[in-house]
Formats: sequence, C-alpha cells, structure tokens
Amino acid sequence: MPCVGDWLNSPLSIVQGIFAQNVPNSDWEKKVTEYFKEKLKENNATNWVPSLNDVPVHYLKPNSLVKFRCMVQDMFDPEFYMGVYETVDPNTNARVLHFGKYRDVAECGPQQEIDLNSSQTVTSERQTFYCVPVPGESAWVKEISFLAEPAYISASQARVSPSTSYTPSRHKRSYEEDEDMDLHPSKQKEQHMGKGCCSGGDIHGCVEPKRLETEASAGHHVISPNCSPPLDLNFPLPGEKGPACLVKVYENWESFKVNDVLEVFGVLSVDPVLSIVNSEERDSSTLDPMECMDTAEEQRVHSPPASLVPRIHVILAQKLQHINPLLPACLSEEESKTCEFVSNFMSELSPVRAELLGFLTHALLGDSLAAEYLILHLISTVYARRDVLPLGKFTVNLSGCPRNGAFTEHLYRLIQQLVPASYHLRMSIESMNHSRFIPHKDYTANRLVSGLLQLASNTSLVIDETQLEQGQLDTAGVHNVTALGNLITWQKVDYDFNYHRMEFPCNINVLITSEGRSLLPSDCQVHLQPQIIPPNMEEYMSSLLTAVLPSVLNKFRIYLSLLRLLDYSISDEVTKAVEEDFVEMRKNNPESVTADDLHKMLLVARFLSLSAGQTTLSRERWLRAKQLEALRKARLQQQQSVNGNEL
Amino acid sequence: MSSPASTPSRRRGKRGRGSNPPTPQDARSPPSQKRRTDDSTSTGDLQPMPTSPPADVQSPGAADALFSSPPQFRHSTIPLDFDISSPLTYGTPSSRVEGTPRSGVRGTPVRQRPDLGSVRKARQVDLQSDGLAEDIVATEQSLGQRLVIWGTDVNVASCKEKFQRFLQRFIDPLDKEDEDIGLDLNEPRYMQRLQEINMVGEPFLNVNCDHLRSFDENLYRQLICYPQEVIPTFDMAANEIFFDRYPDSILEHQIQVRPYNALKTRNMRNLNPEDIDQLITISGMVIRSSQLIPEMQEAFFRCQVCAFTTRVEIDRGRIAEPSVCKNCNTTHSMALIHNRSMFSDKQMIKLQESPEDMPAGQTPHTVALFAHNDLVDKVQPGDRVNVTGIYRAVPIRVNPRVSSVNSVYKTHIDVIHYRKTDSKRLHCVDEETEQKRFTEERVEMLKELSKKADIYERLALALAPSIYEHEDIKKGILLQLFGGSRKDFTHTGRGNFRAEINILLCGDPGTSKSQLLQYVYNLVPRGQYTSGKGSSAVGLTAYVMKDPETRQLVLQTGALVLSDNGICCIDEFDKMNESTRSVLHEVMEQQTLSIAKAGIICQLNARTSILAAANPIESQWNPKKTTIENIQLPHTLLSRFDLIFLMLDPRDEAYDRRLARHLVSLYYQSEEKMEEEYMDMAVLRDYIAYARSYVNPRLGEEASQALIEAYVDMRKIGSGKGMVSAYPRQLESLIRLAEAHAKVRFSEKVETIDVEEAKRLHREALKQSATDPRTGIVDISILTTGMSATARKRKEELAQALRKLIQAKGKTPSLKYQQLLDDLRAQSDTAITKEMFEEALRALADEDFLTVTGKTVRLL
Repeated sequence: MPCVGDWLNSPLSIVQGIFAQNVPNSDWEKKVTEYFKEKLKENNATNWVPSLNDVPVHYLKPNSLVKFRCMVQDMFDPEFYMGVYETVDPNTNARVLHFGKYRDVAECGPQQEIDLNSSQTVTSERQTFYCVPVPGESAWVKEISFLAEPAYISASQARVSPSTSYTPSRHKRSYEEDEDMDLHPSKQKEQHMGKGCCSGGDIHGCVEPKRLETEASAGHHVISPNCSPPLDLNFPLPGEKGPACLVKVYENWESFKVNDVLEVFGVLSVDPVLSIVNSEERDSSTLDPMECMDTAEEQRVHSPPASLVPRIHVILAQKLQHINPLLPACLSEEESKTCEFVSNFMSELSPVRAELLGFLTHALLGDSLAAEYLILHLISTVYARRDVLPLGKFTVNLSGCPRNGAFTEHLYRLIQQLVPASYHLRMSIESMNHSRFIPHKDYTANRLVSGLLQLASNTSLVIDETQLEQGQLDTAGVHNVTALGNLITWQKVDYDFNYHRMEFPCNINVLITSEGRSLLPSDCQVHLQPQIIPPNMEEYMSSLLTAVLPSVLNKFRIYLSLLRLLDYSISDEVTKAVEEDFVEMRKNNPESVTADDLHKMLLVARFLSLSAGQTTLSRERWLRAKQLEALRKARLQQQQSVNGNEL
Repeated sequence: MSSPASTPSRRRGKRGRGSNPPTPQDARSPPSQKRRTDDSTSTGDLQPMPTSPPADVQSPGAADALFSSPPQFRHSTIPLDFDISSPLTYGTPSSRVEGTPRSGVRGTPVRQRPDLGSVRKARQVDLQSDGLAEDIVATEQSLGQRLVIWGTDVNVASCKEKFQRFLQRFIDPLDKEDEDIGLDLNEPRYMQRLQEINMVGEPFLNVNCDHLRSFDENLYRQLICYPQEVIPTFDMAANEIFFDRYPDSILEHQIQVRPYNALKTRNMRNLNPEDIDQLITISGMVIRSSQLIPEMQEAFFRCQVCAFTTRVEIDRGRIAEPSVCKNCNTTHSMALIHNRSMFSDKQMIKLQESPEDMPAGQTPHTVALFAHNDLVDKVQPGDRVNVTGIYRAVPIRVNPRVSSVNSVYKTHIDVIHYRKTDSKRLHCVDEETEQKRFTEERVEMLKELSKKADIYERLALALAPSIYEHEDIKKGILLQLFGGSRKDFTHTGRGNFRAEINILLCGDPGTSKSQLLQYVYNLVPRGQYTSGKGSSAVGLTAYVMKDPETRQLVLQTGALVLSDNGICCIDEFDKMNESTRSVLHEVMEQQTLSIAKAGIICQLNARTSILAAANPIESQWNPKKTTIENIQLPHTLLSRFDLIFLMLDPRDEAYDRRLARHLVSLYYQSEEKMEEEYMDMAVLRDYIAYARSYVNPRLGEEASQALIEAYVDMRKIGSGKGMVSAYPRQLESLIRLAEAHAKVRFSEKVETIDVEEAKRLHREALKQSATDPRTGIVDISILTTGMSATARKRKEELAQALRKLIQAKGKTPSLKYQQLLDDLRAQSDTAITKEMFEEALRALADEDFLTVTGKTVRLL
C-alpha cells in the first residue's frame, strides 16, 4: 500500500511550497503541473485519487485532489482572477505573497488583509466548463472503475480499526460504503446510481460537514426542507444522476470542445465561503446597478451552490479516447504497457469473437447474419471526415423485429452490458413531440440547455421504432425527426442558438430496430430472421446474460472498445483486386451495383477485417464482405417479394 | 511609487472644486495594473464609476456660492493656460459660467461621459521630479512639455495639439466609407464632419482609428492604451476647433469624440487581461439588452435641522452619506432628496460572439456591455454590431464580514461607439460580403494562387474532393460561387441584372447530389439548405408571426431571404409543391421577393444563387425522355437555370475502375494525406470571399465580340432546321459565366478565354440536359418551351393528318371518337397513342375546326 502523500490530501500546500520557492519568476505554475504529472505517473497513482464519479461530494475532503470523468456540456465565459496577490498585516505591516490559482476565493489569515492595490498583483485568465458525467454511461463502467480503485480495497482492510472521530476523510467514507455494500449487496448498484442525487438536497454543503456526515450516513436521501426549487443540472438524458461540476481549466482550454470526454485531476473546491460571497453579491445586486449585469437565472446557473455543483480546479486534464475502465486509459503506442496489453488481447481475439458472435446470435433469436452485422456496427466509429462526408459511420436498421416491445427492450439491455455508454430511444408520437432532442441556448440564463442528442463520442443510440403508432407529428416532432436524420446521415447536430444554428459534429452509433423499413435513413438494413421464438422473452434473455461468465463479458467489452481504436489500411494489391471486382460486378449488372454499394462493401470489409483483429484488408475478407452483403440483399429481396409494398 | 495609498491625492485644477470633499484614495486597482509598464501604481485612479457631474451648468439655479472664482479662461495658446487645457479641469463649471460674453466653448454645456469614467481623478506627473507628484500647478512653460498624466505617457498639451493637427489636416482620398456621402475626399475629412455637426446639431464626432493610425502612430497608441485620458483631451481639442470656427453654433452639449475601428481586438475570444482599460473594438451579436437603468451620479443631501444642502458624488457605485452636517454639526441629519439628485441613463447589453468567429465545437462567448446616455437603446437583440469601447474589470468589493474575497473580476465594456454591421448592408448594394478582413500575407498568398495557370482546374478539384469526377459540374458550381458582376440598369428601366448563377442538378438517386449541396452549404458563409419536401412557400419566403415579447406582428424571413448574397441549396426540388415553386419565379430572375401578408406589403431583396437538385420522376433517369419529362418541372422555371447538369451514373469500365480506386483510397487514407492533395477548404473559402468582394470584371472588347459570335452561332445551329436554339437568356447566362471565370482569375477584364470556357461549360450542360432523345440534337426549346422542336413539329403534322382524314370523310356533322382514332391509326405508319390523338384534336379545336363533346366529335 503506497503511502498517500500530502499531494493527495492537501495539494494546495504542495502548490504553496512550490510557489514559495520560485516566487519571483512565473515558472512556478509549470513546476506545479510537472510535479503532479510525476506523482500521477507513479504506479497506479491515478487509482488512488478519489473520483467524483463514485464518491458523493460531501464525503470528499475540501481542497483535496480528486478526479472526475465527465463530458463538457457547456462552456462559460473566461474569467479573470487574481493569479498572485499580496496580503498585508495591518499591525506589523508584514507583506506576504499568495497565489490565487486553483482557488475560488483569495484567502488570507485572520490578521491579514488583502492589498488590492499591490503592484505584485497578477491578473490571470481561466475558463470554466460545465461538466456532467458521461451521459448514458453503463452501470458496469461505474462499477468496474469504482472497484478498480485500490483505495477501495485498502479501505476494506482498514475496517478492522474503525476510528471513532468522524473526520470527513475519504478512508472513512470507503469504509462506510463498504459496509453498506456488504450488508445489502443488491443495493450496491442502486446506490451508485443514486449517489449524486443526495448531494442535491444538502444546500448547506460543507458548512457543517460533521453534522451532514452523520445525517448522510443515516440516510442518503435526506432532503433538507429549506431547499430552493431544484436547480436543473442540465443532463442531456432524462433520469440521469450524478454530480455536475464546474471545471476550471487553467491552460490549453482552446483544445477542448463541447461534448469531449475528459478526465480531470484537480483540487476540489466546495468552499462555503464561495456561496456566501456569491449570495452576498446577489443580495446587494438589487441595490447596486453596477452589479446587475447578470439576471437572477444567470447567477443561479453560473454560480450554483458549491455543495450542489462543486468546483474542480484542474491541475491536469486529458481527453479520453474511451471510457472503458477495462482498457488502459491512453492507448498510445509508445508505452510498453499498453502494447503488451493489446498484443495479449490480440492473441486470444478469435475465440472471443466467436463467443461474442454466438452470444449475439442467441440474442438475435438465432440469426447469425444479423449478429455478424451487429458486431460490425458496434465497432464502427467515424474515423475521418472528408469535407462534409463522415467516414466510418455504420448505421444499421434491424428490420423485422417482433412488434411487442419486449424483444427490443431486452436487446438494448444486452447492448448496454457490452458498450460503455448507450441510450435507448423509444420512438413514439408522444416522445417525438415532447422531448427535447436538440440542445438550445437559453439566453436568459446564458447557458446551453442540453438535449437528448448531446452525447459523447461512441455512444450507442438504440432507436426503437417498433412502438411507433399512427399519429400526427407537430412542429417539434418534425424537427426532432429531422435532427435524427441529420445525425444519422451527416453525424452532426445543429444546436439551436436562437438567432442562428451551429453545427456540432458527433460520432454516435445508431442502431434502429423496426418492423418494416425504418423511416429514418440508415447505411444498411438487415432483416431479422428469427430461428427460434422463445415463449418467454424475458426469461430467455436474462438466462442468456447469466450464462455468460463475468470474465467473458469483460472480454467482450474490451473487444468492442479496443477494435474501434485500431488503425486500418488497404494495400495496393487489394485495391487492384477491389477495382477489378467492382468493374466486373458493374459489367454484369450495372443497375444493381452503384457507387453507394461499393461504399457499403468497403465499410463492411473494413469492420470485418478489424473485427478479426486485422489492420489491413485481405482478399479473403473482401470476399467475405461481398458474401455478407449478398446474403443481406438476398434477404431483403426475399422480404420484398413476400411483402410486396415494402422495401 | 509602489504604494499608491501613501501617495498624496492632490489634484490639479482645484479651482471651483472646493465644494467636493476630496475623494479618498483608497481605490482598489483594476487588474490591468501589472501590464502598465510606464507606471505600476496609478491605475488606482481609474475609477470605473463616473464621478464628474458639473451640476451647476445644468442647474444654474443651484449654483454654488463656492464657485465664485472668476473664469480665468483665456482663449489663447496652450502653454499659457495649461491649466485650462488639461482634461483635469476641463469641464468643470468654473471655467464656463453662463453668460460669459464669448459664448463658444463656454456657452455650451459640457456633458459628462460616463463611458469614460472619472477623468478628473487623473493626476499629472512631472517626469523629472518623480515622486513629487503633488501640486504641479507650477505651470511653467518649460515644465509643460514634460508633464504627463499620472500613470501614462500622455502629455495633454502635445496630445491635444496633435489631435487638432489630425483633424485639420487628415485627408485620405482613397479611403471610401459608406458614411462618406457628400464628403469631398480631397478636403480634410474631419473638418467637413465638424461642419456637418454645425449644421445637423448632433454633437458627436466619430473618428476612425485607422485614420489616426496612418496619421500619427504614437497618438494612436496612446489612444488605445489610455483611452480614459486621451479621449477627453480629444474632446477638448475638437471643441476648441469647432467653437473657433462656428462660435455661434448652438449644440445640446459639447462635442464628444467617439473613436471607432480600433484594431486592438477583433474577436471576443482574444480578449485577455492585457486588454483591460484599453480601447478595443469587437464584433458580435446582441443577445439581450436590459431595461434602462437610472444611475445616480450625484446625490443631493439636505440637513433636516438647518436645511444645509450638500452634494455627494458617486464613488465606485456607492454614495457616502454624510453622517454629520457640516453646518450645524448634527449627526445623522442629512436626508437624500431624490428630485435634486442627478441621474444618467445606463443600459446593460449582452454581446455574443458572432458565429463566424467561433472555432468549431465550442460554444460562443459573451461579454457584458454598458451603454450610457445616447447609446442607450441604440441596439436591439439580434443586431450584429461592432462595438468600440473600454474594457473594464470591476474591482473586487471587500465584504466586511468575510476576510477572504472572491478572486474573480467582473468584466464589461463601456461602450463608446456602436456600428451596426447589418444596417450597413441595406445602404450599399456594392458591398457584397461583410468586409471580411484579410491579412496582407493572406491577400498576397491568394494573389499568388490566382496567377497559377491552372487555378481554375485546381479550385474545381478542391471543391468537394470526396465526390468523384463530375468535373464540369464542379466547375459550374465553382463559377456559381464566384458569381457574375452586378450591373445596374435602373436608369434605363430594366432594374438590376442578375449576377447570380443558378444551377440545377438532376439525375439518378445516389449520385451524391445531396452531398454536393451539403458541401456548398458548408462552404459559403451565407448559405441555406432546405429540402423541397419539407419546405413550404412561407418557409422559403417570409412569414408573419406575433412576437412573444412585444406582441407585435413581425416578419420572419425564410431561407431565400436569409441567403441574400449567398447560395440557397434546395434539395429534392422536384418534390416541392406548385405554390412553393411559383415563388421561385420572381426570385430567380428579378432577385426580389414580394410579400403581401397580414397588412405587411413589401419587397425584399433575395439576391441569392440557387443550387437545386432534383430526382427523376421515375426513380431512374429515363434516357428516352427529355429533361422536362424526366423531372416534371415547368419549363418556365427550368429556363431560369443557367446551367442544368445531369448527374448520371456512367456505365463505363474505365470510369468504374477509377471510381473504385477513389473510393478505396477514401477508406484508408489518413487525414493528413488527404489534405496534402487538395486545397484547404479555408483557403478556398477565402479565395472566393476575396474575389467576390474585390474583383469586379468588366467585359473587354474582344470578349464582347466573342460573346456575340457565340450567340449568333448558337442561334444558327437551330435556324437551319427551323428551330430556335438560343434566347437572350442564354446570352445573359454566357456573360455571367464569363464574368465568373474572370473572377476566378482575379482579372478585372473579361477576356476571350473566359468566354471560351463559358461557352464550353454552357454547351456541356446543354448537351446533357437539352438533347432531344429522339433526334439526338441539342435543342434549347426543350428547356424554354418544355417541348423539343421536333416533337412540336410532329404534333402539328399529326393535327394536319387528322384534319385531312376528317375532310376526306366528307360532310358528316359528327364522328365517333373511337372510330376516328382507329382510322387515324390505320392510316399512320407510326404508333399513335391516345394522348397524341387528343392533343391533335385539341389543336384542331383551337383552330375552330371541330369540337369534342364526350365521345363524339362535331365539325363546325
């Protein structure tokens, strides 16, 4: 058990130390980031940092180092703050320099006053992002990343000596949590999901951490009665829970974009002083015209109570390629560790693929072709954009699904077990007319109000069309359907900024389940041919899931996330062969083979090769891709002849 | 000078200011402090709150007895009365008491400038005797030159003199601005402006900072860095000149100088702490404006015991209520008298970054603006404006109860000048695009590009590189992007000539038409993308709706109006319903849109190019039919397209092979490689924008000849076979295309090569779309009348044959319909359909030869 250093519990004192050593010159900032980078590089050090995703805010020590895995939902205006300031003791006239970085408030000792006129004051700039947990994050991602923390294990060991004094340290928290889980293992998951929401109640935040601590342990869902109308935390998906966070970024903020998934390491700030300062300002704003720059709503959104929306002052931030905790966070080729991991996994790739195929075949009621296509769909990703054309999207329309909702519902549950983030969109006249799909800007509160389609990259969106009834779409409904269509065809969402629209590119895997052909566009339509009709869908599906060993399930997860990230190329030789093939096909039947078909075949070939772990296209794969396409088309034609009016 | 609090706060020019209690110098410094290289302490004086109301002028009745010192204003040169010329005293009541014989400067009340904040707090520092900042009233002439306003390097006297020189001498005959109507460009521009002020009576002088920069670099720098000090000096200079020239002029208040177009910052995103307290210009869009806020400038207190009155100026947003009456020494007896306090107008405005300035994938930034006095309510939400103002960071207020303070500064801009970007567009037709600024290197680079011999091919290739081949179509679209030159024939009664090129793409589904449209829509700054299926006539034109806030009827513009000066991409053109399509007739030729709805009757400009895509009525293109028959669009509409291209799936082995290779490479090439091969989209965009705004080619002599020949040739082709193969509309198309091609070359003159290319492209397009499938001859009448000449001929022949047949039957008053058809069929050697027969009957009926009633045909 490595020693939990000061840098974890009170990172600011480390910063203070570095600051004091290097004060006259400004490179202390660089040294701070370097220090923490070093520290986090150490063996498993990142796992020692408590994560805001797993631990409720009030269990975390203020001003300690935390990490947070999140999606940038909105970007606020940059703010200017005092980077360096000076305090003066009115009695002794002693002057001390302080740093304002990584802090919300400029602090000073009891005998000190801040000298705002000091020539030493340095004004700096930082940017605030409004971050929410990754929308649609699967339960298993949360679970595994939580269990992966060695802190969790060590805490369970620490159970032998339960301390009496209840300090809000995270060790204590882990213990509590741990015990809780031991007692009610079934509750475990539920609790993970529910953790964030309890913070919604305690408006007082850490004013009285001790009291809250006991209160919280008594029951996690105590809502204090004097709570103001709940603040909309602006999660893209309905029913989401978790901490939203104001992430203050100090460098390179230009490189982050809306909807990026980040992992940030930073200083947690839930300073109650902050709330006081803010509310002071709010109170006085009625008196002072100077302060009425922002409306009340804007105030509420931009400086919510710190207990509800904590602040993180970022020391290190990185964009995540994926959120699968089973994979190393950064899959760069330089690191030997990741190389090893990848090559190890690659060696056992084909049995995993076979097993996954079998699993999905069962899930798709014995249809192996559909299962094959589903694998291809699940590893697809937009890998490039050629002017406006997104390359690598592979929207599959699974037609011929049984009309009762049970099948699609359970299929989604299975997919949810496999992918790190997903959302199930049940299309119905009502949901189309009444949901908010496109994020729009609320100018009164000056924020981007999220919508269903504000999703992180590589989120699986499963659209269920089987429940669509006859009815009339209203204007909002038409807009929503158009937005879905745009998302599928161009992989972009036009956010509504009232006076204009802005295009945000996205990378979302869309799977449409429908009875006939979907009303939404798709890249390829696979008609389901069930081999078995289980009498009880629910039983069948859940038995399917329990039959899979957790370790195998984890392999599936790794498989899908890893293959998506592989590179791919086509050799000249194969290019020639493909050319020949295409010309040949066109010769025989120019009507049926168009450039579009070639597009599709190349896509299928790409994902087919990748699914077998091959990064170049081989002739066999190409033939296999052709074969798959032919099978799929034959099935469609067959379907068409059975059901004359449908295509 | 490291501790400003200890520096004495003596101000110069105290005459007449004795009544005001000295403002305490405990000002907290705005954050820009460290940036001020000249001096690190002074900015404590730069209060964001205005504190200088010369109340006595506006309310002379309340004139303070203390303001008794006689005006010592000598209208003489600067050094002698340095005191007066300093901005510190400038505007204080003592120097201009009402009724001074010489009206001029003194007669016109000074209007305080809340936008600049308090100037009077500025102190002057003698550079020589650093530290002895107090009372430099020793205004010796020799010292005068070395006096600067504390914290700056601004010497008031020389600054003023320089600015006066600028006003009197600045001439820039080349610079033309849209506001310059009626200005003689060879005369000093700003003197004419002053004259205008004298006539119009609007006491604001707008000064283009760009002019100032070209005139005096140093003065410009001072203005940018120390606007708070320099602008009052400018005010003073301008007023002196003005009242010197027009001593009898009566203005509402003294002239205020409003600089604009400071080049400091263009983009909101670039604002950083270094810009604080500097003059900046940013562009953006107004998203919200507040109610008018009356802001107290000066509070009026009266003692309730002895009725002694006193005034207290606002200091950093606070009024310090006097706790003790100075007259009777009663404590807490002073009460605020609202009616006699002074207020000024203020408005808070939120400005958002304009969408063009935003990097992809980020949300727009906003910034708060404070508008004062006249500038209140000058802009509405939705307006695009260029704002010039001073960037401020509000000092932190200390909370007495908490020792720690919030370390975040609040920032805003005090507006000095607005310039609406869209209202300008209404004024001038010539300015095609927003005056997009190009750096010199960029222009150089673009010009270099334009000199390449194969620039046309290169650009065409750069257009939608992911779409394979279709080179001529890409070339056509390229020319559309550039557009022709706008010609004005209003004086000869023909109105504007259309400069925009309209293109229709039709062809098989799945030939990436939509993709091409999407590309164009993404490329041009003012593009609109609609689908014919979903759009209604109102969606394209304009509709009237009730504004939820004001409850007034407002006109909401549709896609065509929004794409004025841009390109409107309409997908699934054929799926558009009839009424919607009819709207396009006007737009596509007259380039206007007439609206008569809900009492709003107007004509809007819709100078938009239309790029439309249509699918054939049968899902596959039928090569045996004409274009019209395939897409079922009225010919009246089709003839308004300059170019109609067919995007067909060629059935050709070599093509297939190339296509396959192209697609395969698409699927594995890395992104960097793609970019190497083709021109960057940004370069293309800039190239087009530059050409559109700066190149305006005219027809050369040779080119005109070539065009005439081309037209005559086109007419000749058909004349031999008794059909018309070209109409004036085609000639106009040719001219537009030739002009656009000249624009591609950045050439100011249309030359023969341009005409050649226009001819070629036009021919190519015609070959595709106007070939009569029956004869294989290009026939323009397919597009202009909807029917090929041969088809028409055949129709006539049939009618004649029918007539002969009937006449041969002798004098029968009526005939059986079916019988007649059978007879005709028997007689004819070609197959005759029922439709053809009916048409022939109709033709004869039109000739009053017969009438058809039910199943019988009667002769007349």
